Amino acid sequence: MAKKVKLSEMTDMFKGMDILSLEGVTIEGDIEIDLSGLGGGFDPMLAAILGQESAVLAQHFGRLAGMFGYPVGMGAPAASAPAAPAISPALAAPKLRDLIPAKFDVANIAEWTTQIQEVPIGNTSADGGTRGKQVMLGGEKALPFYFDAPMPNRNQVTIDVFDMRIGLAKSVKENYDEVMDSPGEWAKKNVDKFNADMITIHLISTDPLVKDTSAKDAAKTVEEVLQAVDVPIAIGGSGNPQKDPEVLAKAAEVSEGERCLLASASLNLDYSKIAEAALKYDHDVLSWTQLDMNAQKELNRKLMKQCNVPRDRIIMDPTTAALGYGLDYAYTNMERIRLAALMGDEELTFPMSSGTTNAWGARESWMVSSPLGQDSDWGPREYRGPIWEIVTGLSLAIAGNDLFMMMHPTSVAVLKHITQTLFGMVEAEPVDIASWIGAEV
Amino acid sequence: MKINSPLEAYKYLPQTNCGECGEPTCMAFASKLIDRSGKTENCPPLIKEKKYAKKLAELDRLLAPEIRQVTIGVGERAANIGGDDVLYRHKLTFFNKTKMFFDVSDNMEEAALIERVKKIADFKKFYVGRNLLLDGVAIKAASNDPAKFAAAVKKVAEIGLPMIFCSFNPAVLKAGLEAAKDKNPLLYAANKDNWKEVGELALEYKVPVVVSAFNDLDALKTLAKTFAEAGIKDIVLDPGTYPTGKGLKNTFTNFLKIRRAGIMGDTEIAYPIMALPLTAWMAGIADPVSASYWETVMASVFTIRYGDIMILHSLEPYATLPEVHLAETIYTDPRTPVSVDGGMYKVGNPDKDSPVFFTTNFALTYYTVESDISANGIVCWLLAVDTDGIGVEASVAGGQLTSAKVKDAFEKAGFDLKTDTNHNTLIIPGLSARLQGDLEDTLGAKVKVGPMDSGRIPGWIEKNWPPK
Ligand code: SF4
Repeated sequence: MAKKVKLSEMTDMFKGMDILSLEGVTIEGDIEIDLSGLGGGFDPMLAAILGQESAVLAQHFGRLAGMFGYPVGMGAPAASAPAAPAISPALAAPKLRDLIPAKFDVANIAEWTTQIQEVPIGNTSADGGTRGKQVMLGGEKALPFYFDAPMPNRNQVTIDVFDMRIGLAKSVKENYDEVMDSPGEWAKKNVDKFNADMITIHLISTDPLVKDTSAKDAAKTVEEVLQAVDVPIAIGGSGNPQKDPEVLAKAAEVSEGERCLLASASLNLDYSKIAEAALKYDHDVLSWTQLDMNAQKELNRKLMKQCNVPRDRIIMDPTTAALGYGLDYAYTNMERIRLAALMGDEELTFPMSSGTTNAWGARESWMVSSPLGQDSDWGPREYRGPIWEIVTGLSLAIAGNDLFMMMHPTSVAVLKHITQTLFGMVEAEPVDIASWIGAEV
Repeated sequence: MKINSPLEAYKYLPQTNCGECGEPTCMAFASKLIDRSGKTENCPPLIKEKKYAKKLAELDRLLAPEIRQVTIGVGERAANIGGDDVLYRHKLTFFNKTKMFFDVSDNMEEAALIERVKKIADFKKFYVGRNLLLDGVAIKAASNDPAKFAAAVKKVAEIGLPMIFCSFNPAVLKAGLEAAKDKNPLLYAANKDNWKEVGELALEYKVPVVVSAFNDLDALKTLAKTFAEAGIKDIVLDPGTYPTGKGLKNTFTNFLKIRRAGIMGDTEIAYPIMALPLTAWMAGIADPVSASYWETVMASVFTIRYGDIMILHSLEPYATLPEVHLAETIYTDPRTPVSVDGGMYKVGNPDKDSPVFFTTNFALTYYTVESDISANGIVCWLLAVDTDGIGVEASVAGGQLTSAKVKDAFEKAGFDLKTDTNHNTLIIPGLSARLQGDLEDTLGAKVKVGPMDSGRIPGWIEKNWPPK
């Protein structure tokens, strides 16, 4: 299967399509890439773990190939000759003589009458900002990926950056260790190497119990990130309800006109101050509540009615709990919110965002082995963590979530691949599944 | 279910309020029937007395779930699938967790075969007071040889897990059925070529059967209808599971359409659905970790959207752990309370020298901490602080867990660190470390910050207890 493809052919194919993978990969001249020589194609795991240039390339091209049907491993069935079923006439049946024909038919859901608000993040020069592109969230008229109505905008992934060195699960840290002292470099790596649609800068050092960095100094970090990358950004506080409004207001000021996502307004802090900054300096507001649909309605209502935040500037974070640690609540909360919105609840018709990184709080994602003696072996943790983040995010994607705040590059690659597959933008060589019983695996 | 109010069910009950069902009134029993926590067989008069026979039959018909429930295997580990009444879990709950069957092949070496089946049977993952398990074995007739298949079936059957027989060859399936009499395996599958013979086997051996038509819902419904008319009740649907690209998207759409039609009342297609995430291994993904990841991704999609039973390949813990947890997530009854009662709990028989921990009253958090402590033989006091059923990290962030709340919880529980312990010390969750200073002031006690994860409490205790 040693297929060769020229880079120029690939870039031609991708023209006008939503592909960012080639950004940041500088290749001089028109080199030929031997796709089969890069370790077997769709291989985000190896790529992320090795963190090497060639492996990262393999990841990119593997993903591209998967999308466009290039036979880089993916797409070519490992077919064994399908054995035609041998039907012995002796078994011919008296009770089952003829097929009774039936037609399948099912209606669309009539109650889904209301469209989710479209909310853009990031201003390009056309809107007075300096971002290289805008990200568009929302616009759905049905549950995600459903046949009732096409989904207008694909899911987006924003990768976390912190304004100081923090403790991370080992397999996450490996990817960021050398950039953790520089938020700008960190952001760059997320975009260039890990295909981030957006960056989230968490200003956690502003917490009085951490470093108590001043709002002014924190704002410098925001400027640094805005200069380092040209994707839209989200700005997060430290989670300290007394200080966050001040920190976010200052950050909003220095990033005026960029249409960042301010994270977050919540009921237990001065949300009006954050809303005010968003309006004054041209930003969006993340409306964060804790697994409570009614609280979410209340906060959205306050943002709209009390603070006059326009509908196209509100995104909701109804809280993400990790797989095994409350994902059932988080999943159903989002599904209920989205269904209520589709059926016309105007206080909930907003795109949703998930702190998918929370999956790393699950011990299964980072602990060396089970603390309980009776459990079956948990196997290597390096492989457990990313899939925990993927399954947590994917579940919420199906429940209605639009934007994912994530950490592990492999998780990002796989989550994008599956959500874009269900979205319908991934082409792959058809696989003949008829022979699955005899196929070698 | 064709009815949805207790009043409608009440009409068919004896209305004597005799109490034999354990409920004070027939009306109370009727509401249990409606929320599906009770069954008609729990009302002895209704079952025993001839005069109610007609009402019983009618009531059973009205209460039958929209999606047929099918049982595979026998005995303790028999697998029930289907039985759902709703499209979204919050509308009631989903019934019968998605069942995970793992593949073996009839051309495997005997030792390898037995080892793999044992691994499937022995898998255990502790979760909130119970073990999550894998459900069964799918035996693939890769040899297409009836004798070889029968030999493999015999060996697998000895372990006692439910089985799926996988072959499109009726002669092979028949050999398997002969080798495992009365084990109630699921036959995979009847398709457009072999349906007469496979259908006849399902009737003769009284076993459940899969009807299979890849990406063709008319053909699938035709097969299901034909079988139903011939008297086959236990049918499972296989619309095909494509692993990549548009094929996977179409598969997703097919699952949605089938289940929606079934719940909306199209009884001819109201059967459990089978997903085959193991086709991920046919997509030419060379790296096994990536292939396994993709299989888990497919399994996740179809656990959430209406797969009732699936055949999988990877037995790596990084595949099975998220898969069993997601099935538990989606099928957990959302009506069960989110929280435990606030208060002081004893783990073992604690005394004045035992350590004192606190956690939140979020049920999941509480049970995780409790099992970590008790499984490691640590005797202690464990205070559940009422945080409105929110976990530690989130409740610290959201303001539901504060030093005042902790103090309040101690007072309500009537537990005084100064007099009820000799050490006047509280160990707090690592995720609430920021409350340490506040708590020392509010409680007037020593406050030690425990580990971030309760799984590390045993190691922590070893180093830090008793306090110096
Ligand atoms: S056993 Fe039957 S008849 Fe007696 S109270 Fe219960 S429901 Fe009514």
